[in-house]
Amino acid sequence: MTTLTTSQRNGSASKVPFDQQTIKITARNLNFFYGKFRAIKDVNLDIPEKQVTAFIGPSGCGKSTLLRIFNRMYELYPEQRAEGEINIDGENILTSKRDVSLIRAKIGMVFQKPTPFPMSIYENIAFGVRLYESMSRSEMDERVEASLTKAGLWGEVKDKLGQSGMSLSGGQQQRLCIARGIAIRPDVLLLDEPTSALDPISTAKVEELVTELKKDYTVVIVTHNMQQAARVSDYTAYMYLGELIEFGETDQIFLKPTKQETEDYITGRFG
Amino acid sequence: MDKPHLSTQFDTEINTVSTRVLEMGGQVESQLAQAIYALRHLDIDAARNVLQVEKRVNQMEVDIDADITQIIAKRQPTARDLRLLVAISKTITNLERAGDEAARIARMARDIVESGTSVSMGISDLQHAADLAIDQLRRSLDCFARLDEKAAVEIVESDSKIDDEFDGFTRKVITYVMEDPRAISSMLDLMFVAKAIERIGDHAKSIAEFVIYIVRGTDVRHNKEAFREVAGSL
Repeated sequence: MTTLTTSQRNGSASKVPFDQQTIKITARNLNFFYGKFRAIKDVNLDIPEKQVTAFIGPSGCGKSTLLRIFNRMYELYPEQRAEGEINIDGENILTSKRDVSLIRAKIGMVFQKPTPFPMSIYENIAFGVRLYESMSRSEMDERVEASLTKAGLWGEVKDKLGQSGMSLSGGQQQRLCIARGIAIRPDVLLLDEPTSALDPISTAKVEELVTELKKDYTVVIVTHNMQQAARVSDYTAYMYLGELIEFGETDQIFLKPTKQETEDYITGRFG
Repeated sequence: MDKPHLSTQFDTEINTVSTRVLEMGGQVESQLAQAIYALRHLDIDAARNVLQVEKRVNQMEVDIDADITQIIAKRQPTARDLRLLVAISKTITNLERAGDEAARIARMARDIVESGTSVSMGISDLQHAADLAIDQLRRSLDCFARLDEKAAVEIVESDSKIDDEFDGFTRKVITYVMEDPRAISSMLDLMFVAKAIERIGDHAKSIAEFVIYIVRGTDVRHNKEAFREVAGSL
């Protein structure tokens, strides 16, 4: 892992330097195995709170795998295991004895393809909330509205909350999934290529939303679209073959990466 | 040499634009040499030639900038590619301005010939500074072509030589004018030439600074500390 080069940068914008950020997620000596295949190799990484961190890298580099470890998604599959530590708010979630669904309640996730539940728009939001909290109808109404508003979808769906979530366009469905993710009030939002199935306008809306969301959440986004990483993230991690090659401020990574491998990848010299 | 891009077309575009910068640099270089020659030998043809080339140089700046805009729009370059394109855009502005200075000198030569006034002192005194400026510009273009950071550092460091020449010339002019106030008008003209030469040196220095930016990503403009860090690391 490369150290940050904030001090080397010229004319750095007036943002909080990395060493003064509060760290939300810490990965230490993290390894991950699909059976015998080691997909993540000794990754050490600090993800700052209420910032957007992007993982970039070619297909198969382990970026999605890394993201999925953060909420123990891998446990759904046998033969997959993680070693090392992932500390979120000081708790190693890999060894935590707490119910995994409680851990996931703190860490929302949105996938590449929009995955609305086959139920109404309202229920898509309310369903997850009910798993963790009991509340009155009016409280739930408020929660649904607040989540949809935050996801930038309220104006478009407020008159058809009873309609199926599947009836929305792809971009709207994806924002519905983000609304669903934030309705349970997580601390962290994991976005796994959230716009790769969307058209440019929906993509722009989701990107706008990501910037908005970081006021309240720590956002980690995996993206194949490097320009998207450059646009929406504050920090970028470049991964290759399961290793974290470089981690730094996004501005620095895209203008002046310290590693040749990073430079080759982001300038399109990879091959 | 850098690895090629996955897109060979992108490589072609970048190479084409870099080549055109060097072409433009070559034009400015010969403009400057001719302008100095025109002034030294009061050669009106050489002076007119410089003014003729100026239009071409201006057009090259516009064309290269258009190419760069196209590449940025199409390729969204990052890292070194982005630094190169930004630096090229600024380099050609410096080249165009150096060309303007050469034209200024040529115009002076033309006016002197056309007005039939005699120049009693100074042109030969400026020859050394002019040679330094021409050399400085040539070296800055060479180091741009080779992206040679070491040469760039040397150019930035040697800019003070031209500045020293300029200061020396200024003192000489003051002495001369004090001795013979009738020479004020022609001495002022020569001061403008001296200033033009000094500025060309500055433009060459700027180009060298952009080479450092391309290669290392460090912007050393107006930043002595950053420059010293770069120079010390070589």
